[in-house]
This record gives sequence, structure tokens and C-alpha cells, in this order.
Amino acid sequence: MTAELSARSDALAYVHPDKSGLFAYVVSLADDSLIAAQRMGHWIAAAPQIEEDIALGNIALDLLGQARSLLTYAGQVEAAATGTPCDEDSLAYFRDERDFLNVHLVERGHGGPGGEPGSDFGVTMARLLILSTYQFGLYTALQSSTDETLAAIAAKAVKEVDYHRDHATMWVLRLGDGTAESHAKVQAALDAEWPYVEELFDNSYIDPSLLESRAAVDPSGLRDVWQRRVASVVDQATLTLPVVPPAVTGGRRGIHTEQMGFLLAEMQHLARSHPGATW
Amino acid sequence: MSGNGMSGSGTSERRDWPLWEVFVRAKRGMSHVHAGSLHAPDAEMALRNARDVYTRRQEGVSLWVVPAFAISASSPDEKDAFFDPAADKIYRHPTFYDVPEGVDHL
Amino acid sequence: MYGNDFIAPDETPRDPAPVEEGLEEFQQIIDAAGTIEPRDVMAEGYRKTLIRQIAQHAHSEIIGMQPEANWITRAPSLRRKAILMAKVQDEAGHGLYLYAAAETLGADRGELLDALHTGRQKYSSIFNYPTVTWADMGAIGWLVDGAAIVNQVPLCRCSYGPYARAMVRVCKEESFHQRQGFESLYALSHGTETQKAMAQDAVNRWWWPSLMMFGPADDESPHTAQSMGWGIKRFSNDELRQRFVDMIVPQAEALGLTLPDPDLSWNEDRGSFDYGKIDFAELFEVIKGNGPCNKQRLAHRVKAHKDGAWVREAADAYAAKQAAQISDGTTEAVA
Repeated sequence: MTAELSARSDALAYVHPDKSGLFAYVVSLADDSLIAAQRMGHWIAAAPQIEEDIALGNIALDLLGQARSLLTYAGQVEAAATGTPCDEDSLAYFRDERDFLNVHLVERGHGGPGGEPGSDFGVTMARLLILSTYQFGLYTALQSSTDETLAAIAAKAVKEVDYHRDHATMWVLRLGDGTAESHAKVQAALDAEWPYVEELFDNSYIDPSLLESRAAVDPSGLRDVWQRRVASVVDQATLTLPVVPPAVTGGRRGIHTEQMGFLLAEMQHLARSHPGATW
Repeated sequence: MSGNGMSGSGTSERRDWPLWEVFVRAKRGMSHVHAGSLHAPDAEMALRNARDVYTRRQEGVSLWVVPAFAISASSPDEKDAFFDPAADKIYRHPTFYDVPEGVDHL
Repeated sequence: MYGNDFIAPDETPRDPAPVEEGLEEFQQIIDAAGTIEPRDVMAEGYRKTLIRQIAQHAHSEIIGMQPEANWITRAPSLRRKAILMAKVQDEAGHGLYLYAAAETLGADRGELLDALHTGRQKYSSIFNYPTVTWADMGAIGWLVDGAAIVNQVPLCRCSYGPYARAMVRVCKEESFHQRQGFESLYALSHGTETQKAMAQDAVNRWWWPSLMMFGPADDESPHTAQSMGWGIKRFSNDELRQRFVDMIVPQAEALGLTLPDPDLSWNEDRGSFDYGKIDFAELFEVIKGNGPCNKQRLAHRVKAHKDGAWVREAADAYAAKQAAQISDGTTEAVA
């Protein structure tokens, strides 16, 4: 192994001592969608308009569906390697905090960057614009993956996230170019989300052999197009593109914010209370 | 197309988004059929909402949305004296008419 | 709710609608099981009764989202999480269809929501009970949606066109919900001992409130006759309640769960199940506002509405700006 590869392996060492690069890669994509879906779930029965309850519910369902497909695949990869069954639920409900590989962007609550309680619709839409534009670029490229399963999952997902992007765009335009109050709120939301953008485009956690074989998509190659797309919306919305330093993250290495533990406690508690049960 | 027509229905806090009628063509070869109505601030959102609410995001479905007040109706069979049988509104929508404050519809 | 307005003991009943002239054709259409459409001549009492009933039905769907939305973030499997999300979303859709139907009668959705928020209009009391365990999700799907279906199927043929058509759409989706609730309980009742106990406990808590969804006994329902005369109601409260019991009892057996009524027994002569006397006292407390979740449900709904005001206003402001630009000729019309 080269020094560089060995350093990368070390970085993953705690999280996945015996796991393949493919497993970690698929899980990272899955966890982004799973945790985003979990947060989006809070809006159901709480949205600003009944029509929006339905729209956000659809988006949450799409994200959950992507997570399920990806986790199921990851489970198959794992089962093939270990000979022990592993499915979407064992991965969603029985992994600990340090084994989740989602980015920090998606795990924070919708109340604000520091985990403030509450749900700010501006935060949700700013975050959805960022995430869905990223996922659109990601899945578009992943459709050409040499891994057939990933390509198939991406082909379905790309249409869904295109809709999410459209929805977020519609709202960012209306909030940005709406009232003075909405403009201020969504600008503040954008400013608060922006430090978490860089992590989306970090490729250092991906097993280089996956990038070479083109099974995985190099996210660093998605940055420029992403920037153009988001900047265009921000500009049309009369908002300002934030210029802020990136936050110190580490989600791809299983190092999360303090909010992640609470999220997982809520999500996993019931399943973990009845290990082995079927629902 | 947006705007609420002549709204007499109370304070801005209670006023909902304008009403749109939704027409759905389920597949090629059929015509658009009235599916119901919804509230949206403008046409773009009305179309998106209609897709969510009335088609549950099925593909290949064609949608029309029309501001409810823009529709004129002639229904000589329905004889409510409140309406002009020749050309009138489709419903008794309160937003079509100047209704004094405090009138209880309920 | 669902056409079965309760009068709590200390409440005065509404006066019956005065008979109006010139309504022979209206009544003839109804008597011939025809359909009344929005621009037909109609009795003012008919219009008002329908607005109130449809609105309260819609409010029930909207408030009813809450007890189930509670469990979305805690569902014990991803499949169950997805099913629950979809169910609650369907309920929002049902609320929308129903508000749309009420609006054809001259109501305004903003006004109807305001009536809900200020307590002038009600929603089904069943949603003022708490969902304290996961098994409550199954029990609600099986029993509460089951009861709703029994109420709603006849409404698909009610005399008012827009309401009937909304009900057809609702019933299609509702049958999924009931099946999924049953399936969820089945997994529990055939799972671990703890799961089975959880399922039985939920059924024990939701059974009687579900029976009460059908309204007071026939001899204590002053509005039933008028509603039937107008073709809004096709069957009496007790008839529908009996239908529900007869449907559920064999399903309970299939689940391997019992219903908490020692007087439940098959009556060969009637060809139906006898069941115990319902104690409405608790329900009246809930209707008056003293139920476990009344304040919480309404507060949650009002908060969502208030917190969302800035968003709705922004959308209005944006639309107004776009319209101004179009009429100024400064922009192309937005697609």
C-alpha cells in the first residue's frame, strides 16, 4: 500500500476496520439521504401550508426510499463479505454514532446551526437547495457508474432530486424576493448552512480503487457546476452568496455534531428495545 | 396569473392563497378532467401543488391550473336565483363577491 | 364529525332549519337519489349543514395527522416509517379535498381554518387521545380508519356532488390505511410476548373511542332525520356502528387479540354481534375540551399556522411582484 492509501485506511480504521471501501461508499450516500429524511419528517403536520405538508412529505419519502435502496445494497455487500445477514434495518437501527457516514449538513435540526429547538422553513429550504443540487449532480454522474446496482439506484434518484431542487428553488426565490422579513431570514439561513457545503465535495474518504474503476463518483468534480447552479438561484432570489470559512466536520469519518446522538436516540430506541423483533 | 380578485373575507391573517381549479389528463388520448381545487400564491406553485396533491407525482400526467375566478360558467340546469344563468361563476365563492365583514358563512 | 354531531349534555341543540319555499325541485332531486351541484337551488339549512359537516371532516383529517406524525421519527423499521409518512401525507390530501368541497358552497378555506383555530368548529374527538406506544399506530389504522371507512363509504353516494366525489377519492386511499394497520398489529400479535402485550394494550385503549366515532345512539341524535331527508346521511349512527362491530370482531380473531367488551357475543337471531353499553361520559369530557390532548392538538396546529405566516406572506409578496412586472411588460409571464 502507498503511504497515501495507508493514511486513508487509517482514517477509516476506527469506523470500518474490516469493511470494504464499497460498503463505506454506499453507506455514506445512504446516510446522507436517511438522516435528511429523518429531519424532514419533523415538518409533517407542521408545515406553513397544507399543500406544503404534502410536498415535504413527498420529499422525505423520496429520500427515505433512496436510503433504503442504498442500505439494502450495502447490506448485501456486507453479507457477502462476512457471511452474516445484514439488511437496511440492521444498518439503520443497530449502528452506533461513529459508524454513520453522513455529512454534517443533514444531521442538524431545522431550528438553527447550534441545535436551537424549532423549525425554520428558511433553514429547511436553504439546506434543501444545497443538498438537492449536490445530489442531482451526484446521481446524474452515478448513473454511469460501473457498478450496475448503483447506476440503477441513481437513475431513479436523479428524477426525484431534480424535483427537490425545483421545489427548493421555488421557495428560495419566493423567500429571498418576498418580504423584507423573509429575505432576512433566508439569507441568515443560507449563511448558517454555508460552512457545511465543503464537506459534500470531499473525496478523501473514498477508496481510490472505487474512483479508478468508476464505481464511485468523485464529488470534488461536482463543485463547479454545483456552484454555478446555486449561485444562479441565490442571485435571482436577490440574496448574497455567503463567503464563510468551512466548518470543521468529519462526518465521512463518523465524527458528528452533538445533535446526531439525539437524532439517533429518537430514531433507534424502539427497534433497539426489542432486538430481533419483526415489525 | 395571481391575485385574489375581490376578497372580502376578513383580515389578511385569515385570508388564504388564491383558489385554483385543477384539470388532469391521466394519459394520452384522453381529455383533461376537472379534479378539484387547491390554494396557491401563483401559477407555478399551483402546478407543483397540483402534481403533488392530485396526481401523487405520477409521470406522464398533464395538468392545467386555472384561477377559479377566471372561469365563467353557464349551467341553465342549476337554477339558483343568485346566479346569472347565462354567464356566471362556477361556485358561490365568497372571494368573487364583495361580502361585508362579519357575515357568517357557517 | 363525520356527520354525527354530538351534543354534550350541557350544550343546547341547534334549531332545525326553517322550511323554505321554492325548494320542491331541490327535494325532488334528493328524493330521486340524484345529485345536487354547487349552483343548484338549495335549502339554506342544507348548505350550512354541509359546510359545517364537510369542514369538520376536513379539520379531522388535518388534526388527525398529529397523533400519527408523532411516531414517524420513531418508527421501528424503515418500511414502517415509509408507510406512516405516506399515510399521514394522504391525510393532508384528504383534508385538502374536503376543504375544496366545502368551498364550492361559498365557504372560504382561510375562514374555515380560522374557525378551527378559534374553536368555533370542531374535529373528531378520537384525535384527542394520545398515541403512547408504537402499537397505537396499528390500532388507529385498524380501528379508527376502519370506523372512518364505514362512515365514509355511504357518503360516496351522498346528495351533494362535490362531497360525494371527494369521498370516492378518500375511500380509495383509506382502505390501504386500514389494511396496513391490521398488518402492523398482526406483526405485533405474532411477535414477541412484549409485542403482543403492546398490541393488546393499544386495542384495549382504542376500542371504545372508535365505537363512539359513530355518534350518539339513534334515539339521542336529533339531527339524523333532517340529514337523511337531505340525502347527506344514508344510514343511522347505530346501523353504521353495528356494521363496524360485525366487520371488526372476526378481524380481531384473526389477529389473535381480544376486544375489551365482555358483553360482545354473536346474536343468531339478529345475525349480528351484541355489544356492551357505551359509556359516553368520558367522551363528553373530551368534547368539552378536557381530553388528554385537546389543548395540545389545537396548539400544535395553531403554532404551525402562525409560524408559517411569514412564509405565506413571502409567497404572496413574490406573486404580487411578478404580476406587477408582467402588467408593466417588464417580464415574460412565469410559466
